[in-house]
Amino acid sequence: MALSVDDVQRAAHLARIEITAAEAIDVRNKLEGVFRLIERMRAVDTTGIVPMSHAQDVSLPLREDRVTESDPHCHQRDLYQRYAPAVDNGLYLVPKVIE
Amino acid sequence: MITSSVAELSRALHARRLSSVELTGALLDRIDAANPTLNAFLTVDREGALVHARAADARIAAGTASRLTGIPLAHKDVIMTEGLRTTCGSRMLEKFIAPYSAFVAERLAHAGMVLVGKTNMDEFAMGSSNENSYFGPVRNPWNTTCVAGGSSGGSAAAVAARLVPAATGTDTGGSIRQPAALSGICGLKPTYGVCSRYGLIAFASSLDTPGAFGQTAEDCALLLNAMAGHDSRDSTSVDRPAEDYTRLLGANAGAKPLAGVRIGLPREYFGAGTEPGIVQAIEAAIAAFRSLGATTVELSLPNVDYSLPVYYVISPAEASSNLARFDGVRYGHRAAKYDDLMDMYKKTRAEGFGAEVKRRILVGTYVLSHGYYDAYYLKAQQVRRLIADDFQRAYQSCDVIVGPTTPTTAFCVGDKIDDPVQMYLNDIFTIASNLTGTPAISIPCGFDGKGLPIGLQIQGNAFAEARILNVAHRYQQTTDWHRRIPAGFAP
Repeated sequence: MALSVDDVQRAAHLARIEITAAEAIDVRNKLEGVFRLIERMRAVDTTGIVPMSHAQDVSLPLREDRVTESDPHCHQRDLYQRYAPAVDNGLYLVPKVIE
Repeated sequence: MITSSVAELSRALHARRLSSVELTGALLDRIDAANPTLNAFLTVDREGALVHARAADARIAAGTASRLTGIPLAHKDVIMTEGLRTTCGSRMLEKFIAPYSAFVAERLAHAGMVLVGKTNMDEFAMGSSNENSYFGPVRNPWNTTCVAGGSSGGSAAAVAARLVPAATGTDTGGSIRQPAALSGICGLKPTYGVCSRYGLIAFASSLDTPGAFGQTAEDCALLLNAMAGHDSRDSTSVDRPAEDYTRLLGANAGAKPLAGVRIGLPREYFGAGTEPGIVQAIEAAIAAFRSLGATTVELSLPNVDYSLPVYYVISPAEASSNLARFDGVRYGHRAAKYDDLMDMYKKTRAEGFGAEVKRRILVGTYVLSHGYYDAYYLKAQQVRRLIADDFQRAYQSCDVIVGPTTPTTAFCVGDKIDDPVQMYLNDIFTIASNLTGTPAISIPCGFDGKGLPIGLQIQGNAFAEARILNVAHRYQQTTDWHRRIPAGFAP
């Protein structure tokens, strides 16, 4: 099936990426060939084939649910927040969302 | 001397014919001279490198050194390095200083390797030419109008131009092997899970694999020895007894060192679409393997042609999820002007990501969205299984699979950038081993009529690294393609 400009706009909204009308047209044109490529795969008969989500058929390792690190002086918080665009008093700042 | 392989440099350092400080200083000077042309490095840490080189020299003097101690190294800029800028080739992380180091970076530092800097790459490792870097393309040392390949283009060019003897990379669909082929060096992608992904900036988590670049297969084995190992911080890290990946390099001495090795030749890898110069070079390499005692087995991988479409569903799907974290809140770029939270997200991501990254996020979002999941994502996972089954059948009749790494040699900067499908076709031979999680190496096997290097790919079954390194090493003992240095970068 062909990808429409509306599909591109909808995906861009879901992906939280601002896209202009001109960009959406350009993206659609560039992805047309990619989706033609992808369509070839859809012709393969996969009846009864178990999907392969991973290279290894191993179960997820589990560990005991206990604290393995402590950081009483919040050094890690300070370290990680050093790279945040806006922080105050140990909190990440975002535009107001609750009136 | 300073342009020698890791193994040779290691012998010189241990014999005290050379110090790490001398070696590191000389290579830093080479980087300073070459980088304005190649754009291979995004960050050079001269001061830190010399501190580590002095420590390495002390370790060698004290007799506590490993074979890698004192050897200069570069990391692809997707690999986090504590205290050093880690950009992932993106505007999004232009000023990001890594707060901790990746497992593979820790391991190589622990072995005593001297980190000289971080290398350029396609943004978020998405690309085959390094032209998707926010910091501009890497130039190919063999012809600076050409690309060095991608996404680990900076690491490949740096090793090819002998600016460092070794470098790390990551390979999600060919991002180590393809630039290794285009730049005339060796690039090893290990089995998925052998090297921890902890501290890699994620692209497609079920495919991302850290690996190594070097001049020789032996050097790749030495690096892998240090990089491999179980890590509980990566839930997909395999817990297996440690292996010495150099153990089979010299196996079976004598005139026929590859006697008993069965080399699979899939007919799908020898069809039309590959440049004639490449086909000739691969056929000559196969003849060389036979003269070393290997036998060849013709076989078929009937579903391997679907690797590309499967990859371009699965990898964008995983990327769209992984890259959701770049929202302008916790780290990285944030737009200067916005109306509300939604607008901040949208403008931040529109500004912070480049065109190819945005396209792949959109494809991934689309194929995972309501109503399309089964038709695309689930279907791709089913075809992925069929491809993996093809390889398992093939490995019942052969030990390794050989073919070209890429269908073309290096192309000109700008030639394919406007046509994603043409660009994606670069990875037609490399993608399958990411889907199957199996190891593969690209090694140099000749040059085309334009003087550009050609890569030979040797693939093996899961955990068969030592075998593919053995086959590569024996080939390199009878050929000298891997010893060629680009004219403009001879010492």
